[in-house]
Amino acid sequence: MVRRSREIFAGELEIKIFCLLNRTRVGGITVIYSGIAGSEGITAGKAYVFRKHQTEIDAVSVASAAIHTELDKLSEGIALSRTQLVRLKEKVEKELDESKAQIFEAHRMMLEDPEFIDAVKNEISSNSISAASAVKKVTEDYLAIFEQMEDDYMRERAADIKDVSSRLTRNILGISAWDLFSISSPVIIVAHDLTPSDTAMMNKEFVLGFTTDVGGRTSHTAIMARSLGIPAVLGLGNLSEKIKDGDDLIIDGIEGKLIVNPDERQKEHYDKKIEQFKTHRKKLAETALFPAETLDGKRVEIFCNIGMPNDIQSGAANGAEGVGLFRTEFLYMNNHALPSEEEQYEQYRKSAELLQGKPLIIRTLDIGGDKKLPYLPIPEEMNPFLGWRAIRICLERRDIFRSQLRAILRAGIHGNIQIMFPMISGIGEVREAKKVIEEVKEELRQEHAAFNETIPVGIMVEIPSAAITADAIAKEVDFFSIGTNDLCQYALAVDRMNPKVSGLYQPLHPGILRLIKNVIDASHKNGKITGMCGELAGTEEACVILLGLGLDEFSMSATSIPVIKDIIRSVTFKQAQEIATHALELETPEEVLEYSRSKLNEIRRDLVSGG
Amino acid sequence: MRSAEILFREDENMISKEITITNSTGLHARPAAVFVSTASKFQSDLFIKKDQKKVNAKSILAVLALGITKDTEITLTAEGPDEEDAIAAILALVEANFNE
Repeated sequence: MVRRSREIFAGELEIKIFCLLNRTRVGGITVIYSGIAGSEGITAGKAYVFRKHQTEIDAVSVASAAIHTELDKLSEGIALSRTQLVRLKEKVEKELDESKAQIFEAHRMMLEDPEFIDAVKNEISSNSISAASAVKKVTEDYLAIFEQMEDDYMRERAADIKDVSSRLTRNILGISAWDLFSISSPVIIVAHDLTPSDTAMMNKEFVLGFTTDVGGRTSHTAIMARSLGIPAVLGLGNLSEKIKDGDDLIIDGIEGKLIVNPDERQKEHYDKKIEQFKTHRKKLAETALFPAETLDGKRVEIFCNIGMPNDIQSGAANGAEGVGLFRTEFLYMNNHALPSEEEQYEQYRKSAELLQGKPLIIRTLDIGGDKKLPYLPIPEEMNPFLGWRAIRICLERRDIFRSQLRAILRAGIHGNIQIMFPMISGIGEVREAKKVIEEVKEELRQEHAAFNETIPVGIMVEIPSAAITADAIAKEVDFFSIGTNDLCQYALAVDRMNPKVSGLYQPLHPGILRLIKNVIDASHKNGKITGMCGELAGTEEACVILLGLGLDEFSMSATSIPVIKDIIRSVTFKQAQEIATHALELETPEEVLEYSRSKLNEIRRDLVSGG
Repeated sequence: MRSAEILFREDENMISKEITITNSTGLHARPAAVFVSTASKFQSDLFIKKDQKKVNAKSILAVLALGITKDTEITLTAEGPDEEDAIAAILALVEANFNE
């Protein structure tokens, strides 16, 4: 924290010097900020400031002469909203499926509803009020009708009406940053924070990079950026309030720098860096297609983490040999109701087929914590991360759990699908969850439905108690997958999103290394394997240590794969074991990090010198 | 605007046809959307009447607000240059149960 504020000061100093040197320069003032490097890469582009403020509209009267202007604003607002909705629908159709796209088609129809538009126009003309307040008034009238209807479906339509009305209002008022889907030209997103639902609907093809006020390397924004292969600079304080739409930005996700309104000299300097980075990426991309085998022939598996079936392609392109974590939340978020078994089955089957027999580890629903569903109310909790989430919800809401398990088991005949339970704290939950699988299997047998009888079942090891009792749990499961993000959060008692303590979030803490070793050893003693699907698996500094500890499978964001494979292919397993053994003897996270960095540099130097 | 005005409108001199909605979900969700988009393709004014309520058949909000379920009888009325085609198109849709 101290370091960052000093660097911002240095940046501000640079402005002053710059202004003295070049008073005649056109455009904004150049400022360089330092934040956390969340995702590698360098890019230049225009800022798109994403704000999620609620719009409050009072009934604004307008002079009768202004009525025409208000009517024009309405037409323009409708036209813009229509364009957004049509694009939204096409995008969802392409990336998800047609039934979801229908939601936006319904929104478009509501937007263009002749009765609705006439009523708004009428309000504007007869009561001389602004377009935005007329929309608000008419929306309230409709909501009054729908909200009192007895049918659940109809009451849900009230939410759609609100959504459409809110979009229209924002477009009328010229509040551009209304959702990340409306982006239609290449931009760098500037936001306070980005949630999974913000990025799910984001128009990815136009997003060059992210900068956010909060968050660190393991925040959702960073993970998302890495999976998209775009740079991100995070933890920038209140920067999103200072940057304006259209500001020229350069983000350097390697050094964690953000340059606002760069001058010609800086642009030139960064153009060169961008070129260098591209060349470097290209070289790594070639390495990525080889197996992850050490110089002395020890082979490990490198998988990717995915959030949607479509991510499989980018995984394969980066050299993934399977999927170590398929987050199934996408099926549940951005949805108005629980997904049906068929809907889930289709997505799992599609994914398994895309993988052509390579492993697909499906994690069952991991909702709760920071992930909420609009239609599944979770009571307010003092500590959501220690609360009702993931397997805890599933073991209570058996209906949700069973429908997902049925879909997974049925899809299991189309490829190499494996089941993984999140948030397991002890063997009791494993047994309980496995009992549900058996019940579901019996049900499917009764129905003569085709499914995989011998589907492998594993757990995520992310709660310290599970890591410590791994020897017992290993007898109940086929595999472990260490979820380091939560494991570190729970074991170190650190909220990585809280900037006051995020410095204590140190995945290479000796305590974490010992937990990891315990899990791996326990699995091997029982003839089982251990993978890792947390961020640590894709971290360069951890790679050799994890390899030496005996990790069998590394699962990470697709874009981390090339560099990790490159490291694994540069060492011997014997070397890695020695490094891991030494690392385990160190006393502080700083020592581990320093030691691991120096070893990594040695390995790379040896490689360059042909060693 | 009063709420009631969304739902009621007085009209006369139109061709009309009584139809029973037979698809399982009634004029909900997708069928309602298909119904309204079909109606919107025609120039003629089109209305649905259920009980004593008569609404613009090109308005998704009004059609949904009628809450038409399976086996509900409605009267479809049309007035305009293509009124007969409009009625025929919608009738075909309803008879095919919206291809559910």
